Amino acid sequence: MGETRIVTKRLRDHPDDSWTLERYLATGGYQSLSKALQMAPAEIREEQVKASGLRGRGGAGFPAATKWSFLGDDVDQPRYLACNADEGEPSTFKDHMLIEGDPHQLVEGIVIAARSIQTRNAFIYIRGEFALGADRLDQAVREAYEQGWLGTNIKGSGMDLDVVVHRGAGAYIAGDETGLLSSLEGERAMPRVKPPFPAAEGLYACPTVVNNVETLSTLPAIIDKGGEWYGSLGVGKSTGTRVFSVSGHVERPGNYEVELGMTFRELIYDLAGGISGGRDLKFFIPGGASSPWLMPSHLDVPLDMDVVQNDYKSMLGSGAIMVYDETVDPLLVAWRLVKFFAHESCGKCTPCREGSGWLEKILYRMSHGQGRAEDMDLLLDVSDNIVPGLNAPFAQTTICALGPSIVSPIVSLERFFRDEIVERFGRPEVRAGEEPPAVPSGPTVPVSFPAGAGS
Amino acid sequence: MAFTAPNRARAREIVERYPFKRSAVLPLLHLAQDQDGWVTPEAMEEVGELVGISAAQVLGVCSFYTMFKREQVGGLVVSVCTNVTCLVRGGPELYEALRARYASDDDVFVEEVECLAACDTAPVMQVNYDYHSRMTPETAEAVIEEYKSGKRTRRGISGGRITIAGSDR
Repeated sequence: MGETRIVTKRLRDHPDDSWTLERYLATGGYQSLSKALQMAPAEIREEQVKASGLRGRGGAGFPAATKWSFLGDDVDQPRYLACNADEGEPSTFKDHMLIEGDPHQLVEGIVIAARSIQTRNAFIYIRGEFALGADRLDQAVREAYEQGWLGTNIKGSGMDLDVVVHRGAGAYIAGDETGLLSSLEGERAMPRVKPPFPAAEGLYACPTVVNNVETLSTLPAIIDKGGEWYGSLGVGKSTGTRVFSVSGHVERPGNYEVELGMTFRELIYDLAGGISGGRDLKFFIPGGASSPWLMPSHLDVPLDMDVVQNDYKSMLGSGAIMVYDETVDPLLVAWRLVKFFAHESCGKCTPCREGSGWLEKILYRMSHGQGRAEDMDLLLDVSDNIVPGLNAPFAQTTICALGPSIVSPIVSLERFFRDEIVERFGRPEVRAGEEPPAVPSGPTVPVSFPAGAGS
Repeated sequence: MAFTAPNRARAREIVERYPFKRSAVLPLLHLAQDQDGWVTPEAMEEVGELVGISAAQVLGVCSFYTMFKREQVGGLVVSVCTNVTCLVRGGPELYEALRARYASDDDVFVEEVECLAACDTAPVMQVNYDYHSRMTPETAEAVIEEYKSGKRTRRGISGGRITIAGSDR
């Protein structure tokens, strides 16, 4: 099995100029939008996007058409579309490529989505560090205005749309849906309690849809070839293709767009060339830094969002696969991941703000030759305050998903490397007269909040 | 006065883009940083005036985001990733080498950053937000020296294609 290139087709076929308007128009660009302008908003949503089964490509995998339908029909109130181009999940680099390589495809997808959800204002929140990506998007947006694909009365359809390219400034948490909205409002990028969901109260407290770059970039192909065609690709409820970023100890790291349903083995070994230097695979992280790890015994698991989540207690998340060979110390990787989360914690929720720092310190000493026998249990005890019970699917005591993400590497150590860790640091001593610690200790804080809390 | 006259005109244009002025805070801070090389207290004050909030509120936002420098850092910001892919591909060694090499160079600010979303080309470095891939301490130093000598065109400290007289963005 090889790649199935849909969103990456143009940038792979024409690596030298895929981002230019000339190339875009010469390869069928804006033809899907012409088609979509003849369709009613609900027709785009129901007959195309819903039929395609397209699910969000940012990490959560929520069905795009369902998300759009939450906005309701009251189009008199302002409503907004925000494109989440704040790619920052460690080892994810697909949106970065799509933005630099095919910015017009994203702009076309945005206009199609805006027509369906009937908004006149869209924002592209692009990660601040993507300077070249912002240049190319600025240019694409400017050209789209000049060509009449943006602005007022687009191609005589009566549709108006303004698009603003908005640069972030270095904050992972702005990639969270509500953190992004806070940041776009000129605030610290702190996530908000849901409900109310953005579809009800999003940007400027108005109904808002937030969609990922890859999700929106897929729309032109769906309109071009039809939602049913896209829905016929893939497996189960994971329809279509996804761009997977494969990195770490593989021969050919890179982005690979494949039909969902392929196995991890085919992706890592056939496409990415297997483990570099012919060494053995130790473990891999299947869906970005926030996802629990998988082992060599999981290589034949299919790339199916539901199977990975329900049967293997992990997730395909952002589509980033990090591969580690036998020379890697899992404790070092866990420490660096938790250090990242500790740095990026916005500080709003105590369990995350305090817990991430404590966990980072414990993991630092474990991965730098100063570990103690009781450290593994201490990690689990602290983690239990963020994810009560430590069972999949993760409960959480924090507003956003950054909290439980901190716990993923730690739960992974417990699942797959506990014996290795005990061998290294010894067993925790049990003092006379004390029971051995029972870990995980179960919820010590309320998991479900009373109705209305925080709203 | 913080913004130059052309940049003040640019700043007003930026504010106009948004339904609510406050949304312009981040782009205005980028503009100020590209102009001055850092975000000065005067710039925070002027940004506050432009969007109708206090300088303290601007500082509260500014200090949240790692790209904004609230003190002078020189003309080149060198960002080296040490996150989990660069970690096993030489990122930490690259960071330590560059930090030592430029420790006494006031024009080069070497910082450790989180994942830059280019892991297929690890280890990764940015210089004023332009990417440089598969770096070694030697190739990285050569690149930085080319920026210093003017052989390579540098972006502003905030990554904009700027000149002090006016901004492209």
